[in-house]
Order: sequence, then structure tokens, then C-alpha cells
Amino acid sequence: MTLWTTVLLASGLAFALKLAGYVVPHHLLDGPRLSRVASMLPVALLSALVVVQTLTGSGGALTLDARAAGVAVAVTALLLRAPFLVVVILAAATAAALRAFGWG
Amino acid sequence: MSMSKPMPEPGREPPLADKRRNEVLRRSLSVGVATGAYATSFGALSVASGLDLWQTVALSALLFTGGSQFALVGIIASGGSGAAAVATSTLLGARNGLYGLQMSRLLGVSGWSRLAAAQLTIDESTAVGVAQPERSAQRLGFWTTGLAVFAFWNILTIAGAVLGNALGDPKVFGLDAVAPAAFCGLLWPRLKSGETRAVAVVSAAIALVVAPHAPAGIPVLLAAVAAIVAGLLPPRDGPAAP
Repeated sequence: MTLWTTVLLASGLAFALKLAGYVVPHHLLDGPRLSRVASMLPVALLSALVVVQTLTGSGGALTLDARAAGVAVAVTALLLRAPFLVVVILAAATAAALRAFGWG
Repeated sequence: MSMSKPMPEPGREPPLADKRRNEVLRRSLSVGVATGAYATSFGALSVASGLDLWQTVALSALLFTGGSQFALVGIIASGGSGAAAVATSTLLGARNGLYGLQMSRLLGVSGWSRLAAAQLTIDESTAVGVAQPERSAQRLGFWTTGLAVFAFWNILTIAGAVLGNALGDPKVFGLDAVAPAAFCGLLWPRLKSGETRAVAVVSAAIALVVAPHAPAGIPVLLAAVAAIVAGLLPPRDGPAAP
């Protein structure tokens, strides 16, 4: 497989998957239960994504590093009702500061 | 927020107040900038992995899913086959199809705008969209975040590809903590509902347990089980929840 084939094939498949969610007829998901499933899906997937982005390293191994500290600070800030931008900046600053001191 | 109410007729929802519109636009722009900043790293890595500038540009414009892009060039860099790169990229991109199920209902798009919405359906645009309580803000949040991420992601991919590592490692600036922190902040208002909180906690636990034992992409996809179980169980907070 040439590099261009790889690039275009991956792009085509990614778009087909993105589009798949949009071509499912709405009436199939209009029932109360499937409607609830669809509305819960983004919450479920994004929560799992947060864990993967925060706590896993290469090969999916569980890893505790500066990212985890940054996100822990972000959650604390959310509990203290900090605004969104403050939450995000605190997370980055925490991770950056810890790395500057040689950890994570 | 009531996501299970019947969808209003398109165009029937009241327009957003200026204050809310500005809030949504600011949120979209900040997510776009923060996400786009990471594209410098992608551009540099892609070129260092042996892809040329145009292949790198094509990945950001056409594949347009950060996780899949990083995995694809990573596998090529380590000498993996094109088939393995495509398979991993596709597995990581599969969650976008599940986002589409909900975004399709919220956006009410057809024709060309449906194709555009599909291409812009990624973690960030979905997260900002579903985080908004009003239907018109959900639509505005999805579109502006998707377009802002697309613009910054593609421009900064080129910057990274051309300038290489001169822009610095994003980890030094703690940028790898930004995406998960932003998703926490975006999901936060929805976690007021006990049922949604339960789905979030169970999903996180599934990902944590599965991640060390499954290929990339699978841990997040398996978390869909939490949404399916919660949705099929009888509602606990009354019929209009969550």
C-alpha cells in the first residue's frame, strides 16, 4: 500500500463512519428508550475518552503523570465553580509546571 | 436539560439572546484554539514519520480526527503496514459515527449540510453541542466549534509540518492536559443529573479496566454499553429526564 493509498483509504473510511450516524433514519431513534440511548452516547464516549487521554500511555498501559495532575486540578476548579477558561488554563499550567520541575 | 423531548420543527425554536450567543461563540473559539494548538505537533510528527507536506495536509483536511491522525502516522513511523495504520485509524474514528446518531437528531440537517456536519463530527464539536441546554445553542455550538477546530487544526498542521519541532513540544506547555480538562468542563453541567453522572462514572470505569487489554479505540467504544444500558432501563428521574 503506498502512503497516498493509506492516507486516502483511512480518510474515506473515517468519513463513511462519520456519515453513518447521520443516515440512520430519525424515526428509528424516536422511541423514548432509543432516544435516551442516543442522548447518553456522547456523555459515555467522552467520559471514557477523558480517562484514556488522562490515565493511559503507550499501548493503553495505565500511567500516572502530569496530565493526571492537571485534570485533577481542573476537576477541583470545576467543583469550586471556576469558569471554563480558568479550568482549562489551570490544567495546562499544572502539567507544564510539574514537567518544568522534572516530573511526569 | 431534556434531551428526550420530541424535536421541535426546524426553525421553530426561539432565537438565542445575544448574551448566550456570545457565550457559545467564545466557548467554541477557545476550544478551537486549544485543539488547534496540538496540530503543530501533528504536522511535525507526520513529516518526521516520512509523509510529505501534501499527505500531511490531506490527513488534517480529509481524515480530520486527531486521534486517528496521530495513530496513523505513528504506525507508519514505527514501520507498520499501511493496512495496520488504516485499521487503527478506523477503529479510533468509529466513535464519531455514534456521535452522529445524536448530532443528526439535534442538527436536523440534509443534503450538502449533512455531509459538512458529518465531516465536522468529532469529539470537540459534539461535546460543545451537547453541552448546551437550548436547541439553537446546540446547533450553533456544534457548527462554530467544528469550523473553528477545522480552521485552526489545518492552518497549524501546515505550520508544524513546515517548521518542524521549532514550535516546541506541546507537552512542555501542558497542552496534553487541555483536551481532557476541556471535556470535563463541557460535560460538567450535564452531570447534575444523577443518571447522567452514573453513565459517566460507569463509562470511565469501563475505559480504565479495558484500556490495558484492548487495541486503541476499543475502550472508548465499549463505554457505549453504559449509555445503552442506561437508556434501555426505565427512567429513574421521571419521563422527561435527563
